[in-house]
Amino acid sequence: MSTANVDRSGGGHAHHFESAEHEFDTSKFGTWLFLCTEVLMFGGLFVAYFIFSNLFPETFLEGSKYLDWKFGAVNTAVLLFSSFTMVLAIYYAQQNNNKKCANMLMITFVCGLIFMVIKYMEYTHKIEMGLLPGDMFAFQGAESSNLGLYFSVYYMMTGLHGSHVIVGMGLILWCWFRARKNEFNSGYFTPVECVGLFWHLVDLIWIYLFPLLYLID
Amino acid sequence: MSSAADTSKNYLNHEKGLWSWLTTVDHKRIGIMYMITVLLFFAIGGAFAMLIRLELFAPGGTFEAQVYNQFMTFHGAIMVFMVIIPGIPAFLGNFVLPLHLGAKDVAFPKVNLMSWYCLIVGAIISFISLFYHGADTGWTFYTPYSIQTDNGTILLVLGAFVMGFSSILTGVNFVATTHRLRCKGMGFFQMPLFVWGLYSTAILQVIATPVLGITLLLLAAEKIMGIGFFDPKLGGDPVLFQHFFWFYSHPAVYIMILPAMGIISELITAFSRKVIFGYKAIAFSSVGIAAVSFFVWGHHMFVSGQSELAGVIFSFLTMLVGVPTAIKTFNWVATMYKGSIQFQSPMLYALGFLFLFTIGGVTGIMLATMAMDVHFHDTYFVVAHFHYVMVGGTLMAIMGGIYYWFPKMFGKMYSELGAQLSFVLIFVGFNVTFFPQFILGAKGMPRRYHDYPEAFSFLNSVSSIGSWTIGLGFIVALIVIIHGLLKGAKAPDNPWGAKTLEWQTTSPPPHENFYTDPVVTGGPYEYR
Repeated sequence: MSTANVDRSGGGHAHHFESAEHEFDTSKFGTWLFLCTEVLMFGGLFVAYFIFSNLFPETFLEGSKYLDWKFGAVNTAVLLFSSFTMVLAIYYAQQNNNKKCANMLMITFVCGLIFMVIKYMEYTHKIEMGLLPGDMFAFQGAESSNLGLYFSVYYMMTGLHGSHVIVGMGLILWCWFRARKNEFNSGYFTPVECVGLFWHLVDLIWIYLFPLLYLID
Repeated sequence: MSSAADTSKNYLNHEKGLWSWLTTVDHKRIGIMYMITVLLFFAIGGAFAMLIRLELFAPGGTFEAQVYNQFMTFHGAIMVFMVIIPGIPAFLGNFVLPLHLGAKDVAFPKVNLMSWYCLIVGAIISFISLFYHGADTGWTFYTPYSIQTDNGTILLVLGAFVMGFSSILTGVNFVATTHRLRCKGMGFFQMPLFVWGLYSTAILQVIATPVLGITLLLLAAEKIMGIGFFDPKLGGDPVLFQHFFWFYSHPAVYIMILPAMGIISELITAFSRKVIFGYKAIAFSSVGIAAVSFFVWGHHMFVSGQSELAGVIFSFLTMLVGVPTAIKTFNWVATMYKGSIQFQSPMLYALGFLFLFTIGGVTGIMLATMAMDVHFHDTYFVVAHFHYVMVGGTLMAIMGGIYYWFPKMFGKMYSELGAQLSFVLIFVGFNVTFFPQFILGAKGMPRRYHDYPEAFSFLNSVSSIGSWTIGLGFIVALIVIIHGLLKGAKAPDNPWGAKTLEWQTTSPPPHENFYTDPVVTGGPYEYR
């Protein structure tokens, strides 16, 4: 966590740390702890997914047929690529190259945007068809009586993930502004590193969501 | 303790004005802000408790059933989410942890401030629900009732969700602080036992609270969109909610009690003038309790229709918690043996804790026994049990901790006589209030009802009279604190002759805690 009143150019650090390295290590440790909480939060949804998909395999099989795997596959590729550019952003920050770092962050941000646009297209299509969660389910011609439950799982999981993508994009934009102001150097790139960790987790969760939701058949 | 430095400057007058407090990143100031908020919420939650006991003073009743249900819900939710959970880690822990470690601050000071704002925002959202017909589900929000009841419940649920972030952020901060910010010479086994308690608690906060977060989010979605996770009509399961809820809320019980045990370890060793007996046993039992706590949630659900085998396993694991707990208790008693015990008010609270917590713990073992739980389930026996643990345990420790660290926080002494008077009132009042409830429960009086048959009326009246005594005790305690703040004599740096690091700096400490970076060469309790 940076403080605006600390001068980072000459290896400065907040007053309660011994050195810049000490601060970097601690920040990274804290980020990992926070990622643990994220895993457990999503864990609750994954548990619900496995309980219901075990109880109602036909419902889940039918539900997945209404999802277009092509959209999911494109989004997977987009997020994987964005993780790659995120790594490059960290690399350039370490090389004191704020310009390239900012460019890479912007590409990552745009990838997040593409992901959300595709997600938006998928959502609107389903909402028009009446494929809505739970009680609001209005689609005619479903074979399973509780297909709404599948879509509850779908919207809750992708919705929570999507909100994380949006938060991640905000954080990336914040790093982009700071890179534009030449704030990172080989001795100080903590924000890029920690936002990167968060972004990889968001990416990783999608890699699980994609087969679980789209590729049941 | 170099008195050469300017000792007139301390963290309280380092900066001035309300704004400097609201934007502070100093752990000591944030601790004080938590103190004010927690005490305020405690007064509100306590007022609801008084109203509950007023209704139950005699059969018949003063309030409508619906209104009573709201009192009960808000009493529970406020006391759990806004008082007991933040009470020790975020308030006392925030102030003491970096001092105990010889650090200048917690690892992430800004996150620390953010956690306070999460608590405030969550609390405001919760209180707004009062204007939308409130909530009447009890603090556990059990489905299916919570889905069918009025929509004000959504706000209370979302408020608790936001307050969960406060708890998570504190947890992340404390784990990182304990790992990375110990001063020179302080290994894990030179840490004071309060730190071990906070550390185990922080791990629970990190692992358990997110599960509560997703549970409450799902409940809100269930109410808003009818997602059907907990609704049998769509193939969902109301009992799934109980599993989710208790997966967090049972560890949460230990979020409440582990740091309390840490405080008791500090108090007993300091006021016995004796090195703590079995340091490592106490330290590891904290971690042990934290670990086992994740595998006992099913003991809340013995009558929910879970399989008998699951019930037996949960019953066994629950009793296992008794082992590390008993280890601690015996070690505390052994510490006092042949010590030079001084009965100052913090020590009185510690002894009160030992007495009450033992009753709470042993009745917990009774409830863990399946056959007995079927009889006691949802009766006043359970109510009495968890009040003996939460009030008799956690609240006693908070009070003891406040009186112990008060001189360090404000550099003033309080009236010892007043503090002892408040202890006697609270201790006696507590037993008069809650002991009869064991008997009521054993006789079969169910909890959460606004009324009861004539046969239960005598013990209920006794219980209500006890509750007024507790109320009086806390009013006296508050007067003692305010009087100490305004008129208290100047406190010496180490009024108790304690050995941990916070007593080696001035009272109140300077902005950066210590004048010279402390170096630790021995254990935390080298009395004799």
